[in-house]
Amino acid sequence: MTQVDEILSVKNIFKVFGPQPEVAMDMLRNGADKNEIFQKTGQVVGVFDASFSVKRGEIFVIMGLSGSGKSTMVRLFNRLIEPTSGSIHLNGREITGLSDKELTNVRRKEMGMVFQSFALMPHMSVLDNAAFGLEISGVSEQERRTRALEALSQVGLAGHENSYPHQLSGGMQQRVGLARALANDPTILLMDEAFSALDPLIRSEMQGELIRLQAEQQRTIIFISHDIEEAIRIGHRIAIMEGGRVVQIGTPQELLCNPANDYVEAFFKGFDSSRVLKAGDVAQLDPETVCRVNGHAPSFKAGVPYGYLVNELDHLLAVVDAGDLRGGAEPQQIEQLKLDQHPPVYIDTPLHDVLDIVAALPYPVPVLDHGGAFKGTISKSLLLQTMSRH
Amino acid sequence: MSEFSILDPFQTMTIPLGDWVENTLNYLVHNFREFFRAIRWPIDQVLNGFEFILQSIPPSIGILLSSLLGWQVAGPRMGWLCAITLTLLGLIGVWSESMTTLALVLTSVFFCALIGVPLGILSARSDRLEKVVRPLLDAMQTLPAFVYLVPVVMLFGIGNVPGVLVTIVFAVPPLVRLTNLGIRQVPDDKIEAARAFGCTPWQMLKRVQLPLAAPTIMAGVNQTLMLSLSMVVIASMISVGGLGQMVLRGIGRLDMGLATVGGVGLVLLAIFLDRLTQAMGERTSGDPSLRWYHSGPVGLVLRLLGSRPASVKAEA
Repeated sequence: MTQVDEILSVKNIFKVFGPQPEVAMDMLRNGADKNEIFQKTGQVVGVFDASFSVKRGEIFVIMGLSGSGKSTMVRLFNRLIEPTSGSIHLNGREITGLSDKELTNVRRKEMGMVFQSFALMPHMSVLDNAAFGLEISGVSEQERRTRALEALSQVGLAGHENSYPHQLSGGMQQRVGLARALANDPTILLMDEAFSALDPLIRSEMQGELIRLQAEQQRTIIFISHDIEEAIRIGHRIAIMEGGRVVQIGTPQELLCNPANDYVEAFFKGFDSSRVLKAGDVAQLDPETVCRVNGHAPSFKAGVPYGYLVNELDHLLAVVDAGDLRGGAEPQQIEQLKLDQHPPVYIDTPLHDVLDIVAALPYPVPVLDHGGAFKGTISKSLLLQTMSRH
Repeated sequence: MSEFSILDPFQTMTIPLGDWVENTLNYLVHNFREFFRAIRWPIDQVLNGFEFILQSIPPSIGILLSSLLGWQVAGPRMGWLCAITLTLLGLIGVWSESMTTLALVLTSVFFCALIGVPLGILSARSDRLEKVVRPLLDAMQTLPAFVYLVPVVMLFGIGNVPGVLVTIVFAVPPLVRLTNLGIRQVPDDKIEAARAFGCTPWQMLKRVQLPLAAPTIMAGVNQTLMLSLSMVVIASMISVGGLGQMVLRGIGRLDMGLATVGGVGLVLLAIFLDRLTQAMGERTSGDPSLRWYHSGPVGLVLRLLGSRPASVKAEA
């Protein structure tokens, strides 16, 4: 990971809400925690020592329950809320030290924001709403019309430009909100629980749209959410916040397989983990069941039901019933004993797609890497154990 | 002098507020009279302008124009209401006096808007200013008008201009209050969105706060109008003309007929102005997709022209 690929980096950011943040900061430095500060000074610690970086072109989801500081965090990026201490860099430029004028410029050119409540202007038409950011930046009327219309058609609202927000459904209103943010062509798109106020079907549709738009434009998106399903569906990486702290950052898989604490694990309770896990995450290798074939007849210990025959390069040759080989078999007989007729399962095949295969086959399903090397097997019991653990 | 008594300390301990005011006023009158006279000038110009226009329009044309305005603003029923109230004013023989009063009221509303809206905006921005302005507005609304009629006469003389001045003092508070309220009530998420897109404070005011506060501000204008109308009668004590003068003369001579005619004239004028400004306020809070030129007589004319769109475009 080089510096160039980091578009936004956050270092030791704190935010204390209250009249005397310095007092709280001193207490924090001396090891006081959030509750102690609230009891002694009445001040609320919104964000506590957050450091992370966002890569160019990724969807970075910040997740947490309400009160975890995620909405505060996103407002620190464009300084709608001033951080108490720490630094934020966007494209190598320090946001935290900008003058008002420079900050206004960054907000106009570099950042677009989408809000949970849509926050459209009721007195403006859809077109004017979409062109709002451009108008504020002083773009000429002709150009802002063109760009706003383009943004509206990107979000699928072509033809609605003369409507007014109150005439649109919630989903369409949020599309206008998205178009307003996209019309500026921002370097980074901040989305604060943008889809939380929509009903589930529309939400899922909007998530799909967002994924499509991101894939087309390779835009960096920071998405705030409290919904694990949403975070996993759209996020390349997820940061989990608890009580103002960032407790873990990683890909959905990393979080699911190695949760940092119970809080992170609790998020995945009731989540269908087969949609995140890959076959490679689950497969286990039992040496007793593997036999390297090099000229002589393969054999397995008693009690091993099925055997996996591999060559010198670990390429899987065949899955066999170990009992059939007890009497000793010639190498050429192996072809006749071969059991595996199913499509190959690779380490990055989603677990979701493996379920049927595992259920249908009598033997544990072999998992290969893309070079064809045998990596392990998934048995029915292993699969059930995995599913019930997560 | 009696002895100081703890039980009734106010025998000896008093603040000579009355003397102070009198001394200050005398000082101001002797030294700054010219300055106060100068304040009269802009009010005089605006008032004369309004009065000249209103008095020079013949009544029937005036009724027609206001009816069309009413129709445009709030539909044909409003047009009829305007026509009826104004015709009645003419029929009871107070047209000219009504126009004088209307000019006074419009001038006062004009200056109220000039002072009140910016003051309301400023106090919406600063809690500290609001704390200072609030008791001042309370005083302006509750202090009996007679108390400041005398100093106004001493400083500004008598006539229509000082009349407008006392009217402004009495009528400006609701506009300040409602402008302040309207701007403070603009939803936070709209403000936040505007900030996130890089609005300067001025852009915020112009593009977000004022449009969203417009219905409340219009309610303030309506209140200011009504208060101006009621103040015009009291102001007639310092020789302000119009309907108030009729009422005052009627009372002075125990001529109930004259007083009633003046009073009814004021009521008709009040109904006319109130409904019209209320309708304007409802417009601003109504459906923004309906443009004002899509309805009423202008809409009608445009539709008639619209039957030949090619020629309209060619002219443009």
